[in-house]
Amino acid sequence: MNAQAKTRNLSWIVPTLYILFLLLPIYWLVNMSFKTNTEITATFTLIPQAPTLRNYQVIFTDPAWYSGYINSIIYVVLNTVISVTAALPAAYAFSRYRFLGDKHLFFWLLTNRMAPPAVFALPFFQLYSAFGLIDTHIAVAIAHCLFNVPLAVWILEGFMSGVPKEIDETAYIDGYSFPKFFVKIFMPLIASGIGVAAFFCFMFSWVELLIARTLTTTDAKPIAATMTRTVSASGMDWGVLAAAGVLTIIPGALVIWFVRNYIAKGFALGRV
Amino acid sequence: MNKTWNNKAWFMVLPVLVLVAFSAAIPLMTVVNYSVQDTFGNNQFFWAGTAWFEDVLESDRFWEALGRNLMFSGIILAIEIPLGILIALNMPKKGIGVPVCLVLMALPLLIPWNVVGTIWQVFGRVDIGLLGRGLAALGINYNYVNNVFDAWATLIVMDVWHWTSLVVLLCYAGLVSIPEAYYQAAKIDGASRWAVFRYIQLPKMKRVLLIAFLLRFMDSFMIYTEPFVVTGGGPGNSTTFLSIDLVKMAIGQFDLGPAAAMSIIYFLIILLLSWIFYTVMTSGDETA
Repeated sequence: MNAQAKTRNLSWIVPTLYILFLLLPIYWLVNMSFKTNTEITATFTLIPQAPTLRNYQVIFTDPAWYSGYINSIIYVVLNTVISVTAALPAAYAFSRYRFLGDKHLFFWLLTNRMAPPAVFALPFFQLYSAFGLIDTHIAVAIAHCLFNVPLAVWILEGFMSGVPKEIDETAYIDGYSFPKFFVKIFMPLIASGIGVAAFFCFMFSWVELLIARTLTTTDAKPIAATMTRTVSASGMDWGVLAAAGVLTIIPGALVIWFVRNYIAKGFALGRV
Repeated sequence: MNKTWNNKAWFMVLPVLVLVAFSAAIPLMTVVNYSVQDTFGNNQFFWAGTAWFEDVLESDRFWEALGRNLMFSGIILAIEIPLGILIALNMPKKGIGVPVCLVLMALPLLIPWNVVGTIWQVFGRVDIGLLGRGLAALGINYNYVNNVFDAWATLIVMDVWHWTSLVVLLCYAGLVSIPEAYYQAAKIDGASRWAVFRYIQLPKMKRVLLIAFLLRFMDSFMIYTEPFVVTGGGPGNSTTFLSIDLVKMAIGQFDLGPAAAMSIIYFLIILLLSWIFYTVMTSGDETA
């Protein structure tokens, strides 16, 4: 008993150390974002000696910077809406029916989630050029469907399979039409699943850069790609780079908070 | 669950099919097209057969990049999976600690991949980084820009930083699904800590661990952005992975034929892995 009590008291050490390890590089980035460039390059300080908001000011006043955020958010939201909307009926079909080629289709969808974006970068560029879609938000939103639609189908199918089929049958007996049943009864039942699927679409579209960068030049350029141009005549603008990095972390941190109770189940693709 | 046979379900899948056809099938056909043709420019193509495939398969460049990929995946799996299990086992089970741990741990997963690269770049730099300065103060000669070992170490630590949380979250989800009664029974039987882990926790985590293992393997196998930002594939070619090499070839040098052939070989490897993944997952669905 004594030994067990002791291990229980000590068990907080492991996660704490791990979280410290996670936060250390982030702390350094935040630290840098409040420094001037001279302080960053000339001295080595653990907290900013002369805290400045200049770096953030640059980002919020220069359209080249803040439009990057707006672009990213536009295509991420577009992609999330498209992916989840298209995936809902498909996931229902996979969870409730057997049909010709269903297993092959499911597998084929899955392979797209596994496909390396590098393979698709060049053909995407040519395809979207042919349609005149280069440098539009919708192009990136559709391109990201490559990995987000299969993911959304998969997560939603996991959550839908947890809803007993009797509910569908009862609703039909009560005289509900399929669309009405789906929207009014079924969707509220899997609301958490829809939330998790949307979260994952948001996440993977937000963190992806290779395809987003290939398909955009100026008008729809994502913030992550803007960050690669901080080299100016006077050398690297480290402060602004750090501030931009910090600002890309914030949206993610916000959405995590909303799905914290479901995030683990989502990573297990609704199958725990 | 009993599923009814209904081919009308195809109509429900149709929107997904159209979307994925546009974003995957058509682009993939373009790649296939390029892989068997050669060009003298001016959009004039002629049949090249399997020449490009032979070129790629005979080149050292491809096999070296593939080897680096496999080595990288092997190392990060060997670190991340045991570490993830260890952390998940020690996570708090209830109280305010749970959401705090979950949110803080999930944080790296939500950072855009090139920002992850940037964070580690500035963290590791010898002139301005905390890690670089710290190691220098300890008398360790560390420089990821021109030392192969340091470059690899940085990439591996970065990947552990970035993705171990995925393993932790999955294992945690598996652990909390174990009923309290199991632990009580083990206690009555006087089971040791190791026995509880070996016979109760590990079997319950088997499925989530498989998911974690395969997801991590496949994602690390197609890693691109982070090493591109941190090392740019160098020093020399020492961190040039398949994706980096492919993008260099296709977009940098515009060698469409070899790049397309390499894409297809790369894709086939991934396809094989996906098939293993799918088989494992669905056989689990049936027994569970």
